Amino acid sequence: MSVIFILVGASLLIAIGFLIAFVWSVKTNQFEDDYTPSVRMLFDNDVKQKNTKDHKPEN
Amino acid sequence: MIKDVKITVCYHCGETSETENIHIREKVFCCQGCKTVYEIINKVELCEYYNINENPGINQKTKIRPEKFAFLDDEKVQEKLIHFKDENQSHITFYLPQMHCSSCIWLLENLGKLNNRIVRSQVNFLKKEVSVIYDHKYISLRKITELLTDIGYEPHFSLNSISEKKVNTYDKSRIYKIGITGFCFANIMMLSFPDYFSLGNIEESGLQQLFSYLCLGLSLPVFFYGASEFFISAWKSIKQHFLNIDTPIALAIVITFVRSVYEIISGNGAGYLDSMSGIVFFMLIGRFFQNKTYNTLTFNRDYTSYFPLGVTIITENAIEKQISVSDLKMGHRIKIHHEEIIPADCILFLGKAKIDYSFVSGEALPVEKRIGEIVYAGGKQTGGSLELEVIKEVSQSYLTQLWNDEAFTKDEEKNTSYIHTLSKYFTLILFTIATITATYWYFNDTRHLWNAVTSILIVACPCALLLSATFTNGNMLRILQKFGFYARNAEVIEQLSNANEIIFDKTGTITQQQEAFVFYEGKPLDPSTEQYIRSLVNQSSHPLSKAITNYLPERKILSVKYFNELKGFGIRGVIDNKDISLGSNAFVNHLCSDTIYGSRVYVKVNDEIMGCFKIQSQYRPGLKTVLSQLQKKYRLSLLSGDNDSERKNLAVLFNGDLLFDQTPQQKLNHVQKLQQQGKKVIMVGDGLNDAGSLKQSNVGIAITDNINNFSPACDVIMEGKSFYNFVLLLDYSKKTKIIINISFVLSILYNIIGLYFAVQGQLQPVIAAILMPVSSISIVLLTTGLSSIVSYKLRINSLKSSGNPNTDINHIGY
Repeated sequence: MSVIFILVGASLLIAIGFLIAFVWSVKTNQFEDDYTPSVRMLFDNDVKQKNTKDHKPEN
Repeated sequence: MIKDVKITVCYHCGETSETENIHIREKVFCCQGCKTVYEIINKVELCEYYNINENPGINQKTKIRPEKFAFLDDEKVQEKLIHFKDENQSHITFYLPQMHCSSCIWLLENLGKLNNRIVRSQVNFLKKEVSVIYDHKYISLRKITELLTDIGYEPHFSLNSISEKKVNTYDKSRIYKIGITGFCFANIMMLSFPDYFSLGNIEESGLQQLFSYLCLGLSLPVFFYGASEFFISAWKSIKQHFLNIDTPIALAIVITFVRSVYEIISGNGAGYLDSMSGIVFFMLIGRFFQNKTYNTLTFNRDYTSYFPLGVTIITENAIEKQISVSDLKMGHRIKIHHEEIIPADCILFLGKAKIDYSFVSGEALPVEKRIGEIVYAGGKQTGGSLELEVIKEVSQSYLTQLWNDEAFTKDEEKNTSYIHTLSKYFTLILFTIATITATYWYFNDTRHLWNAVTSILIVACPCALLLSATFTNGNMLRILQKFGFYARNAEVIEQLSNANEIIFDKTGTITQQQEAFVFYEGKPLDPSTEQYIRSLVNQSSHPLSKAITNYLPERKILSVKYFNELKGFGIRGVIDNKDISLGSNAFVNHLCSDTIYGSRVYVKVNDEIMGCFKIQSQYRPGLKTVLSQLQKKYRLSLLSGDNDSERKNLAVLFNGDLLFDQTPQQKLNHVQKLQQQGKKVIMVGDGLNDAGSLKQSNVGIAITDNINNFSPACDVIMEGKSFYNFVLLLDYSKKTKIIINISFVLSILYNIIGLYFAVQGQLQPVIAAILMPVSSISIVLLTTGLSSIVSYKLRINSLKSSGNPNTDINHIGY
């Protein structure tokens, strides 16, 4: 049964890890805006495509 | 009728372009403005903007005056707008109401390409904000604002935004509390399970002790951090000599904690730390839902958020200068341009004033003012620019005086919830029971005294009672929000369910703010006749003439001879030797009965009646159905600042009072009068002119077609497009009350059972420990479950009639 002592300690440590992750995510404003990032990630990084200049693509 | 043109849309803004003269290669633009924006964007190779969405731009037809943002050069104004500044960089957040699609996000996040002094720009789409970091040594705030305006996103500044620093509405500390308390609660529960299952007889005593001490350790943050707000609130109320709802909660938490610590240290038992942390956790969540304010909405807006920031004054040596509105003094000569708001009461000095008071007084039509007349603050000038002399300071003006009315200085909590009243009695009853029990055991068996009294206070904490209300209301707010119905807090829902009288405002509330609806009936008009009519109505500034002007296709204006306008009747003139009359029935000698409501304008060319224009203000879709359903349950009244031209039409729809030409003060008084008769009043309005009555009423609902627009102080903001759901929403709030009552009964049952054992001093610690979390959790589940079931009907209905409830974000997509 003494293994329980270790298990309890380990489970608490893991849980505390998650708690810290939660506090960190709140602190870094990750819940401020839950919409824009989802759009932002879809933009292409390289916008300097010559063919888009003054030319309407076919899509 | 309309000449055949190939429909071409503007490459930038998507509007139909009437001419194809403005173009760059094959791309056509509707105006020079749109073309310029395209050129700016094209120059820095940001044309990806046009690939993400088609025609994403903002129409540039309305020109912005070059000096408009001169007030941003004022250090004082800058100081208030910029929220961070160091040697090299300034941080500022702009509010851009025009932001509407993913192209906008893309362009605005690439501002640095347009000007390399902009270090970084980040969009928050839901708040329609862009945060900009820039190098203030090389680029001024005004330049950035002008840059944004040039590409079509004119930032919105208001007096409100500088008079107070923006507060972050979303409360981080509560989220921390919920997170930490939740963590502790879950772990304490887990460590308590062995205790529950073995009913307090764990074989290995070492294990039992370890668990107990771990629980104790975990409960410390709950007690000292999570529950701190209850203690503070309770302490404040005790200092003011009254018991608020937090007093018994705080007491129960303290007693539970102290007794648990005693039990654990003395080795007598495991304590009740699980119940204590559970209660704190659920209460915090409930409060979080209840106090959730919406980021994009502001309920307590007053005139300051409507007024502009800066105004042009003309100094004695005839130099135009920009000053901040708050610095405006009596005697200042100010210049107001087209579409600008007059910030203070003034005397008209120069120019042709045509002032749109629709938002202030509810009059749908612009009012003309002559030189020397008083112009009240809040009106919007349409037409040329004006010179005015300020006769009252902003804070003393007529409109702002409204805010000094009693209704506004009154305590925020208009009506406290019945839950609070009940809980007060609950507290009293609880203390009585505890005292009686204590006295009984004192004389009979002192060993039981301590045990019995503490278990009474622990078991019978009013948390379950409170939880039911908190949770149901919180859940309701969330559901209602989905349907475009944003309530300020949970008490509002309760007030809604008690109402028995609904008052509507007319302009903008039951009518839509868009232009009047015009259609023509009669002999078809050939293009030349159309041209004649247009030339004639062009001479008149009557609103009906304006409506007809807008309705007719654009034609060259011909010169009119013998023009004559008979006020209240019509206009007449000779064009190309043709005698043309436009006007009422009597004016054109046309004998036929008017059966429809609204206005009719007959057309007579020479001696022939051609037909008539019918002009109606357009009602909100579904108005009739909504009102006829409401009539069954409520008394409906109309308070309008407008004239009574549509009285007949409206009389059918309302079963209460129909009052026209009401000033804001009269509206407020009317609401007061009804309340004195014991009525519970819901006021539905939209403009500043309703602000007083909205505040005075039991529930003030501001209806708006764009929730990011200005809306007056109110309890609920309702989106115009969810108006057809109004009946269901009211119905729903009634059902909430039933749900709360059901859970109330349940929690009282729990309390009675618990108390029954507690009074006798027979409450097994384990039973108490199980009973309490179970009661809390079961109530939470019951209320959320029931309110979701009730909302089902609403959901179905809204899907049926609108197709899609959240069209706001629908622009986005690929």
